[in-house]
Amino acid sequence: MVNRVVVGAHYGLRDWLVQRITAVVMAVCSVALAGYLLWKGRFDYDVWTGLFASQTVRTFSLLFLLSLFYHAWIGMRDIVMDYVKHAGVRLAIHTLAILALLLYVIWSVQILWGM
Amino acid sequence: MNKPRPKHLALHLIKLPLPGIVSILHRISGLLLFVALPLLLLMLQYSLRSIETYSQLQEALAHPLAKLVMIGLLWAFLQHFCAGLRYLAIDLHRVRNLAQARNSSKVVMAASIALTVLIGAKLW
Repeated sequence: MVNRVVVGAHYGLRDWLVQRITAVVMAVCSVALAGYLLWKGRFDYDVWTGLFASQTVRTFSLLFLLSLFYHAWIGMRDIVMDYVKHAGVRLAIHTLAILALLLYVIWSVQILWGM
Repeated sequence: MNKPRPKHLALHLIKLPLPGIVSILHRISGLLLFVALPLLLLMLQYSLRSIETYSQLQEALAHPLAKLVMIGLLWAFLQHFCAGLRYLAIDLHRVRNLAQARNSSKVVMAASIALTVLIGAKLW
């Protein structure tokens, strides 16, 4: 008798958890930024670049963006899995989404540290 | 025994309940934000690179059409944010029954629209 362990691709729970952790990271960052701007009471170039002059702010901005890209990947994959039935088209969209998000990662580092 | 199941697809009577509308809007707003990512990153780049690019961005965003797009994206963000908080609350078993599911959906819709109007009016 063969003992079969009936499981799926078992990335479901991990992605479920990642989706929520990245969501909380982004929510906290968003509220913190909104709070900072409300506290400042004005918005111009000096306030904006002054904020991003801090290494801590840049680091957490990158954390926000990386969370966003991972979150977007899981979301896009779920949408494509639900609505796109053709395997080839699905593969093409997945590939384009992954490549775009990887390029966004590189771009984000350039934006935050290449000023 | 295979009894034919009763079929009642009166499409003019069937409608998506509010939690269902919040759910599909979560997907639509998420997709919109994903599509807008290159634009948003470009805006971040222009806003930070120099005072010249900052001014260019400011000029571009002064166009009424650009303002409409920004308010659309603002709505997508706020809708996704509020509905996301509701899903986290559901995960934490804070939403226990149908009445709470419906009420929390109403709160999500009201909050996202109110915040969009409030911040949108300020930005315009």
